[in-house]
Amino acid sequence: MRKQIEGSRAVAEAVALARPEVICAYPISPQTHIVEALSAIVKSGELEPCEYVNVESEFAAMSVAIGASAAGARSYTATASQGLLFMVEAVYNASGLGLPIVMTVANRAIGAPINIWNDHSDAMSQRDSGWIQLYAQDNQEAVDLHIQAFRLAEAVSLPVMVCMDGFILTHAVEEVELPEQQVVDDFLPPFEPRQVLDPDDPVSIGAMVGPEAFMEVRYLAHRRQMDALELIPEIAGAYGEATGRLRNGLISEYRLEDAEVVVVALGSVLGTLQDTVDALRDNGVRAGVLGITSFRPFPLDAVREAIGHVRTVVVLEKALAVGIGGIVTNNVRTALAGTAIPVRTVIAGLGGRPILQESLARMIETVDDLDELSFLDLRTDLVEREIERTRSSRRSGPTAENLLRDVGAVGDPHGVRTPR
Amino acid sequence: MSAEPIKFYQVGSFAVGNRLLDITERSAQSDPSRPNSINSGHRACQGCGEALGARYALDAAMRATAGDMVAVNATGCLEVFSTPYPETSWQIPWLHSLFGNAPAVATGVAAAMKVKGRETRVVGQAGDGGTVDIGMGALSGMFERNDDVLFICYDNEAYMNTGVQRSGATPPAARTATTQAVGDHPGNVFGQGKDLPRIAMAHEIPYVATATVANLRDLEAKVEKAMQMRGARYIHVLVPCPLGWGSASKDTILLARLAMESGLFPVFEAEYGEVTSVLPVRRRVPVTEYLRLQKRYAHLFHPEPDASTLERLQAMADRNFRRYDIQEVDV
Repeated sequence: MRKQIEGSRAVAEAVALARPEVICAYPISPQTHIVEALSAIVKSGELEPCEYVNVESEFAAMSVAIGASAAGARSYTATASQGLLFMVEAVYNASGLGLPIVMTVANRAIGAPINIWNDHSDAMSQRDSGWIQLYAQDNQEAVDLHIQAFRLAEAVSLPVMVCMDGFILTHAVEEVELPEQQVVDDFLPPFEPRQVLDPDDPVSIGAMVGPEAFMEVRYLAHRRQMDALELIPEIAGAYGEATGRLRNGLISEYRLEDAEVVVVALGSVLGTLQDTVDALRDNGVRAGVLGITSFRPFPLDAVREAIGHVRTVVVLEKALAVGIGGIVTNNVRTALAGTAIPVRTVIAGLGGRPILQESLARMIETVDDLDELSFLDLRTDLVEREIERTRSSRRSGPTAENLLRDVGAVGDPHGVRTPR
Repeated sequence: MSAEPIKFYQVGSFAVGNRLLDITERSAQSDPSRPNSINSGHRACQGCGEALGARYALDAAMRATAGDMVAVNATGCLEVFSTPYPETSWQIPWLHSLFGNAPAVATGVAAAMKVKGRETRVVGQAGDGGTVDIGMGALSGMFERNDDVLFICYDNEAYMNTGVQRSGATPPAARTATTQAVGDHPGNVFGQGKDLPRIAMAHEIPYVATATVANLRDLEAKVEKAMQMRGARYIHVLVPCPLGWGSASKDTILLARLAMESGLFPVFEAEYGEVTSVLPVRRRVPVTEYLRLQKRYAHLFHPEPDASTLERLQAMADRNFRRYDIQEVDV
């Protein structure tokens, strides 16, 4: 059914269509609307049978999902930002145990300074957690990826994170088509794990594994993700047949055929990039966009095939690996290893900084002048002042608050505080 | 008193002469076809109170649920000594996830069983570190939601698995690797530590009980009673640790009994936040009788007796006698 609907609501309805049996909820912006909607769906009896558990922390949310999944129940939760970090120990545990939990991450920055707006720092911090990570570029894709995520997770016995940009997608009302229940039921068979906690057939799950088999468990986790690389397009294909919405599942290509300059990105910024490229092409700039839908597993071959022929590549990243720069960049470089294609990193949109079409156009037009690492629309006046101050004084302090002192908003602008 | 008031025939000790009882009155452990939930061959230390407590508690829970039960375990000694991969001592479905999340994992299992329309019950278990410290948030959440889980804490009063460091359940003056017997106030400080049974009672959950491995029939009865009830239930079992306490392996049960008889570890039951029964002691003993057998308290006796600290510890025991109105009854 096609309707104008908020992204969070659409995802909640999509999750409900997948018939999860246990949902664990803990509030954190900007995923709250998802669990609120699911709360109503479960309480009103629309989704039965389903246990909706209001937990006391994200750590508990993932832990409840672990227990439920190990006992054979299809399990779902949602989180973001600090919440994702708070549950990290359990995030790794879920993938280590091979439990096919599906979790929405409504991508949001990580503090300090505390910031509720969108970037990809949260999910990127978990890129090596063993979870599959899928990034939605719009709300329709968020809906479609969630339904596919359950089938994928249960097929490869790995948990799946569906990442959608906080506020930009979660709070945007746009037209979305939700599949009929029968379509989803035909697409997604019931969850039937190989080993569960069953008194009729007792097993010990979660034993302490020593050096004799630990590496094998890790290796198999990697192999499963490699299997997922083949399975994701298959599942996307089957879903496309069932719903008429066919996407590749691993990557999305936009005007790449004759492209000289390609921007690689994840998530909702792809839409802005596509508009930018359309405008530039009207002016004769041969630009294209490559979206990464599956960041884990990373589709090395698909990326190479898609952009291995271009002149230059810019990776637009909504996260920053402090001390080195790009995160996605390293993955793209691995895909392009052996080619001479220069790959530059542009960090953009951190903490919700708007990514403007004109800034992106300028970035593409001046691509050959870009440094290896640059920051889109960085307020250089602010940072230069602070860098200058730290050169003259080595005294430490909270960065955001130091900026305020630098511009004279608080205290002495020269930053001198007499030690007691 | 939760156990049936049976007059036991003594056989020269305080042990129960089970074979003289009618079969219906015998303990779960005396049943030759008992489930052996945690069977022999595990790697616990000689004289381990936790292995003993877990064995009795889980077999009793198995009997109460006719074997329809799942156990969830926090990280800790019990988890490590029972499952050195690829071996396992567990004859029941058993899940270990993390150190601090066992109550939440148990909630998840219970939710799954409910949603699937199964009667399968859930027992969560952890040591004192996993219960009163790192797992307390999850435990409190499970209590507050009144999830259908029996959570058992095997309290040996420190982090024994990592080498005897202080926990929130370590008693005052006890020497651990992080509360060394040096300085002006050797051992653990006074005035700290969490009384988890009382914290559990404050949640007004259906059932809270304490027990020790000195009175295993009482432990069994409390577990069986707990499994007859629904909602969040909590049993706190004192399990002496020869390694961490510096006691003789043969003294595990003796120490558990002295902990109770001195008043340092009151054994009681509470329902919906109110104490409903308190186990009497056969003879009240001074705390020194209990403390003297443990090297973790050696600094209280050597080179000179630390009279003021011993007095403070005795005062704690006396307060428990008053608070719980513990009776002396020679049965």
